[in-house]
Amino acid sequence: MERRAIFSAKVGFLFLAPALAFVAVFLLYPFVRVFLLSFTNQTLLGTTAPNPEWVGFDNYRRLFDFDRWMRLGEFGSALKITTQFVIGSALIGQVGLGLLIAWAFYRKKGVLREAVYTLVILAWIIPETVVAFTWVAFLDRDFGTLNALLDAVGLGRPDWLFKHPLESIILFNSWRGAAFSMLLFSSALETIPPSYIETAEVAGANAWQKFRDIFFPLLRGHILTDLILITLWTFNVFTPFLLTGGGPARRTELVSIYTYRTAFHGQHEFGKGGAIAVVMMLINFALALIYLSLIRRRRVHG
Amino acid sequence: MAKTRLLLSVLLAFSLMVAAFGLAAPAQAQDGPVTLTITCRCVAGGVNNNLVVWLTTYVIPNFEKMMADQGREVKVELVEFGGSDEQLKEQYALDLSVGSGYDIMAFDGFWVPEFVGAGLLKPLSEVVGPEVNEWEGWGHISPGIQAILGYQGDVYGIASGTDVRQIFYRTDLFEQAGIELPWQPTSWEDVLDTARKLKEAGVPIPLQINAGTAMGEATTMQGYFMVLLGAGHHMYDFEQNKWIVSSPAILDALNFYKTVYVDEELGDARMQLLQDGRNRSFVEFRDGNIGMLVEGDWFWRSVMAPGSETGLENRNELVGWAKMPAKEPGAGYNGQDYVSISGGTGWVINPNTEHPSEAWALLSYMSSPEPVRAFELMQPRISFRDDVAVAGDPVMTAMAEALLPLTTVRPMLPEYPQISYEAQLMTERVVSGEMTPEEAMQAFDEAVTELVGEENVIRIPLQ
Amino acid sequence: MNRYRIRTTTSRALLLVFAFIMSAFFALPLLWLLTAPFSTQANLAVKIPETPSLANFEAVFRNKFAIRALFQNNLILGGGVMVLVASIATLASYGLSRTRVPGRDVLVYILILFSSVVSGTAAMVPLFLLIFNLGLIDTYLGVILVMTGGLLPSGIFIMRDFVDSIPRSYEEAALVAGASSFRMFRDVAFPLVRPGVMVVAIWAFVNAWGAFLIPSVLLRSPEHMPASIAFYSFYTEAGTPNLTLVSAYAFLYTIPVLLLYLIVNWRFGFRFFGGIKS
Repeated sequence: MERRAIFSAKVGFLFLAPALAFVAVFLLYPFVRVFLLSFTNQTLLGTTAPNPEWVGFDNYRRLFDFDRWMRLGEFGSALKITTQFVIGSALIGQVGLGLLIAWAFYRKKGVLREAVYTLVILAWIIPETVVAFTWVAFLDRDFGTLNALLDAVGLGRPDWLFKHPLESIILFNSWRGAAFSMLLFSSALETIPPSYIETAEVAGANAWQKFRDIFFPLLRGHILTDLILITLWTFNVFTPFLLTGGGPARRTELVSIYTYRTAFHGQHEFGKGGAIAVVMMLINFALALIYLSLIRRRRVHG
Repeated sequence: MAKTRLLLSVLLAFSLMVAAFGLAAPAQAQDGPVTLTITCRCVAGGVNNNLVVWLTTYVIPNFEKMMADQGREVKVELVEFGGSDEQLKEQYALDLSVGSGYDIMAFDGFWVPEFVGAGLLKPLSEVVGPEVNEWEGWGHISPGIQAILGYQGDVYGIASGTDVRQIFYRTDLFEQAGIELPWQPTSWEDVLDTARKLKEAGVPIPLQINAGTAMGEATTMQGYFMVLLGAGHHMYDFEQNKWIVSSPAILDALNFYKTVYVDEELGDARMQLLQDGRNRSFVEFRDGNIGMLVEGDWFWRSVMAPGSETGLENRNELVGWAKMPAKEPGAGYNGQDYVSISGGTGWVINPNTEHPSEAWALLSYMSSPEPVRAFELMQPRISFRDDVAVAGDPVMTAMAEALLPLTTVRPMLPEYPQISYEAQLMTERVVSGEMTPEEAMQAFDEAVTELVGEENVIRIPLQ
Repeated sequence: MNRYRIRTTTSRALLLVFAFIMSAFFALPLLWLLTAPFSTQANLAVKIPETPSLANFEAVFRNKFAIRALFQNNLILGGGVMVLVASIATLASYGLSRTRVPGRDVLVYILILFSSVVSGTAAMVPLFLLIFNLGLIDTYLGVILVMTGGLLPSGIFIMRDFVDSIPRSYEEAALVAGASSFRMFRDVAFPLVRPGVMVVAIWAFVNAWGAFLIPSVLLRSPEHMPASIAFYSFYTEAGTPNLTLVSAYAFLYTIPVLLLYLIVNWRFGFRFFGGIKS
């Protein structure tokens, strides 16, 4: 699709004006403030509140204090846990599951598709506070539905939130966010001309070959976009806090929870909190570049 | 032409939307009578309901009438807050930092140093004026209790309550295990032996003592301090003005935790490490699954109160209490046989208030004998005035009489909350089995030294 | 049966099994919400109550503060954010699409990156100070504006493909016929883009409906609090959640977004258009 301009820059600017106003005041300005604050030791309480000092890269250096950053409760440990969380719940969980469901129901209609889609989307739109309550109930060792089922088939009653907290939040987040990827891929699949598929079927291609040679190349761009967005959002998601509180003993302390503890508890060190946020942004930017290089390696003409 | 029209329509639509969703009026009325706002962590029908009832049905109507009789028109508005204490503290910090906030705020004593350090609170005499010192109430409040909302010689508000801590136990489970009642252990070994007997009698959780970061300050107060003080010293050396970061007593305390949670499984470590562990402990105690629980008197008068969801109808028959012993008689802090520690809460006046004298009138009224007595009748608690007695609950009176003489307070220093957190983390590491007591103490030493500097810590050598 | 028939029957059966597993996975955690509100002794188990009762709902409705939070404040906040985000994102993505803006996609992505920083806990104090300086603390407007700012970049992103995929021929014809750009937008482009606007509107509404952090930082009076915060009024004197009441309130809290989705899906269909390509 070509992008020819239809009207002049001046008119375009008018259309953009409200958005620009919002972005300037409520996005750029706070961002710049957070960025600048990350170079100070500003807190909300204690003596560093009225008299903050410029500390340069000190906040950043303290995050990457390699002697102890991997201890539970420190930044390195939070990064490690978050990486596992992202791989499990974003890459495999949301993108994988979303792609799977979209592909399974490709070109199908009817009650089955509607039912599955509605349930998946429900999981996505139900308010945060509510899903937290239902999942705490679902995963409870003694009364939860999951264990009731597992027990019924003889698999015992695992102590999910206590012994397998990381698995629990990965499962939870995959469930929570699969809808976005599903919707994205489902509409992306619709752009594939059916003739491609039919030709392949006539040629006797099986499901895997169809996926590898038709779907994947044509969907490449969409997969890229989805990965970038979902990774970014998952790195920043906070809802697992409502399930495990970052525990037990800090074992599920994601970076978002680490930031919360730094910027909102104790002395409210939001200078240091700003540094964490900037680092996470840069990490996500780097990841986006990595995704880009991995997926765009061979251009598809067509 | 068309472009101007486009721009104008966009702006018009925008401002219409803005106007339609309205700029809600600020909470405070500006003209007419003086309006005071008072806030606390309290919700009608929810958390701390008693406070809401007391304020809305007794204090406010009587105060407004009192003011009217003096010819002053004053309205008082209670702003309920439903979140956690930590969230309330954060709200205070935000509001005070921009010069706003409510006129009178319920305040936890140990927040005072941090807020004063940040310049967010001012002494009462500065906010209201020297007439504060003439108040008759000061003569009826002991200096120790006045100091709850005090810092470095100045007083920032009026304390409204303090508390004590002890061991609560289920008399029915003790009878089941054949333990003699009433029960008063005299050493840690006594407590552990009793726990072992309970375990043999089949009690699921013989002894539960708070540990871990999930319970926050409740761990430090009801858990760590109770054992540390029993092991011999405080967290802070008040003579030398330094923090004690390494000592045999700290190790003893940690080993107590290890014995209870790791070695002999006399307590449920899982509960301490789960996010809602404190709630669970309340429910388990109510349901008769916990034999002994180290808690504060708030547990007795609020959590356990008949009628409360976590309460017991025949609380007085089923629940007994005992003083927490030192490791051995005489081995406790200040050479005591038994130990306890007290926190405190009260009300401060916002330095940004526009009506300091009216705010002071309300605060001093709330802290005068009749209203305090009225609250006592609703919820018997340790009284902060010596001319108001604990009413209607002999157990509460007995606890106060036995423990107030033995009790101590937390170090009122700005760095305390962070050091308290490090102590909670230290207990968490031991209880979860992640570190040995020696390793955990070492980590505590490093963390606290980094926080306050080498010159502000002392280490007592281990023999 | 020939091989084709066997293959389709097998694949139909597989699909059925797959659908069943997926439905179970996505539905099971929600079952608690269907049983707990109707029982008098709620706990964490999913059990059909022996004597179903509406007592919990009665108790919830008696709590004026929580009901106002849900049926007034949430609607104001959700509606405000929905209208602002949908309209501004549509206008902006239309402008971005029909004018030559170099590096458009990178620009939007960078804005999304910024919005991830600004919606996190690290930015809460700066945001508080900003809103305070605008005099908008404890107002609906303050919360609506901040949430809109945070959602706009992603909203523009979602709208982008809807707008891009409208063939320009209609608009070019309209231009030739002398229509102003605004009329062109209103009469030609907007109707075609309406499904996209619906998606962004719902997405923005759902985000605002469930929001907790920003309202808790920017709002003060109980009269302005949204439902996510009103949950606390169903906690006990001791500070523990009262599961019977909490589940009933959660149920009420969920119904509106569920209905909204079902209605929009039925009338317009809820889908992204043309896929979101990078």
